[in-house]
Amino acid sequence: MSEKVSENTASGLDANSLWQLITVRFKEYTREPEALFWSFGFPILLAIGLGIAFRSKPADIVHVAVTNNGPRAAAIVDALKRDKGLGVELLSTDSAEAALRTGRVALIATPDTANGVTYQFDDTRPDARNARLLANDAIQRGAGRNDVLQVSERHISERGSRYIDFVVPGLLGMTIMGGGIWGLGYTIVDQRRKNLLKRLVATPMSRAHYLLSYVVSRLVLLAIEAGVLVGFSTLFFGVPIRGSVITIAAIIIISALSFGGLGLLIASRSKTIEGVSGLMNLSMLPMWVLSGVFFSSENFPAVVQPFIKALPLTATNDALRATMLRGVGFAGLWSELAILLAWMIICFGIALKIFRWR
Amino acid sequence: MTSSPTAAKAALYVRDLHKHYADVHAVDGLDLSVAPGECFGLLGPNGAGKTTTIEICEGLLAPDSGDVELLGLRWDRDENELRQRLGIQLQETELAAKLTVEETVRLFRSFYSRGRTVDDVISLVQLDEKRDARLGKLSGGQKQRVALACAIVGDPDLLFLDEPTTGLDPQSRRQLWDLITEFKARGRTIMLTTHYMDEAEILCDRVAIVDHGKVIALGTPQELIGSLGAEHVVDFAIAGDGAALGENTLRAIEGVRAVRHSGVGYELQVGELHRTLPALLSLLAQRKVELSQLTTHSATLEDVFVSLTGRQLRDE
Repeated sequence: MSEKVSENTASGLDANSLWQLITVRFKEYTREPEALFWSFGFPILLAIGLGIAFRSKPADIVHVAVTNNGPRAAAIVDALKRDKGLGVELLSTDSAEAALRTGRVALIATPDTANGVTYQFDDTRPDARNARLLANDAIQRGAGRNDVLQVSERHISERGSRYIDFVVPGLLGMTIMGGGIWGLGYTIVDQRRKNLLKRLVATPMSRAHYLLSYVVSRLVLLAIEAGVLVGFSTLFFGVPIRGSVITIAAIIIISALSFGGLGLLIASRSKTIEGVSGLMNLSMLPMWVLSGVFFSSENFPAVVQPFIKALPLTATNDALRATMLRGVGFAGLWSELAILLAWMIICFGIALKIFRWR
Repeated sequence: MTSSPTAAKAALYVRDLHKHYADVHAVDGLDLSVAPGECFGLLGPNGAGKTTTIEICEGLLAPDSGDVELLGLRWDRDENELRQRLGIQLQETELAAKLTVEETVRLFRSFYSRGRTVDDVISLVQLDEKRDARLGKLSGGQKQRVALACAIVGDPDLLFLDEPTTGLDPQSRRQLWDLITEFKARGRTIMLTTHYMDEAEILCDRVAIVDHGKVIALGTPQELIGSLGAEHVVDFAIAGDGAALGENTLRAIEGVRAVRHSGVGYELQVGELHRTLPALLSLLAQRKVELSQLTTHSATLEDVFVSLTGRQLRDE
């Protein structure tokens, strides 16, 4: 047994406890495949799913039937065919009515014996009323009607106003929240439960280094997570980044620290995973619903709006949307940033006071 | 070595320690003094207050009252220096399962300003071949050796081991005993708790037997066993109704120092086995009492505990 002892002073990063704590955190994290999926795979899968479900589609074709009684039926069919938004079928009265009943056509146009046309449709159905407007317009023009006003159309499908543009900043906010609360809350309580926290406190380890190792590793992981999610959305869905990258990064860092503080507060006393899971769900669930991840928080009544605005996830989502979609800079984000800073200071302050190290 | 050192030169000095929990007096006026270089054992059953006592010494629990001095230092004044100079192994710590042996030891090494090298400590606990294995893949004995490595990587002056071999198989226990003995040979002080009498007898220079938060006996293992005045213990049980044998009858047999009636059997503490055993057998034959079981063993610390408290050490 060698007796190389005492005055050995390990040097460099090996001897730096902050560096050791951070690298250990990363190793533990990357050796947990499930954790990798939840932080990287899940937000992307969600973005893909929502992007497909809410993709912008061309306007639907409206189907119309014309009954084949009389010589004018062919002319009406011709007139209707000139509108690209209409699908026209020439049918017998019986089959036309069957088609209307099953919803295969929205309207039946029947030439009268005189110079008129009868429209048969369900006027409680929006698509049927739409069909009547389009069909009537086409038939009247076919019969020689001239429009009094000259109109022109400009079609828009603007990046930044689609659902995917709305939801990606929300998913980013949700990722930041989950990372902060789970990343700190779960891990710290797990270490406390296993007596590992007590064991670490029994060494000369700096407690500041211990907490700082979480903050640093969370921020680095988040930079990667956010980069992957935003990069993917920009590349495949064309989600715009109108504000400066620095502004976005600052919002992400500040909100990550706020949620980190919240995670630390949640983890400050619990000794069991069950206990901390309850607290994590209690704090995250209202924000998932209220803070405008998947739909605008404006949908909730005005009375609760001040409360919703004060939630850290609302502030994060609002700030991210403002800068990503509208290019708003720091000057326009002060209220959101102030809310996040307040959460950060209050949570860290209380957490450090009541933290159970043993 | 066996005389009680005073506070001034003791490695660990504890006086009139008290600690209450909601409904138990876990530590009830406990005094201890451990000399430098000594391996001192707290021996007692589960719930005797051993862990509470050692955790107060380790600065992990605050006592209700009492003095604790380690290496001439106190927790309220010298916490930082004490943390650097103590090595601690807790009773139940689950080290991170995803980290390797080397990563774990290196992490703990980084907390100390001086200490042994990571390589040194890993080979000291004989885990060279497992240095790149994750802790989750190790056996209980190997994990316990990693825990020991983490406790000694700061080259401590005073090492605390709380139940170091509980739950291990005999081979792993013996392996850990060797490691602790080696550490002891380097002149460092060790304080350990255990509820295994053989562990205390093998490792400890002195033992304090603890029950209900108090020291009820103190001395070298040999002194304590010697205090029984009996070197052997005879356990026997008789078939059928044992009413025929009174404790007084048994006590009258030559060489019997003490008699204990336990369940269906008796336990005799005996000075000279070669005289007492034939006498016992002829008494039983005379009374036509049939033996259903008979064993003898050399007296141990367990017997000391039994004679002091009337209970077994490992009453669960």
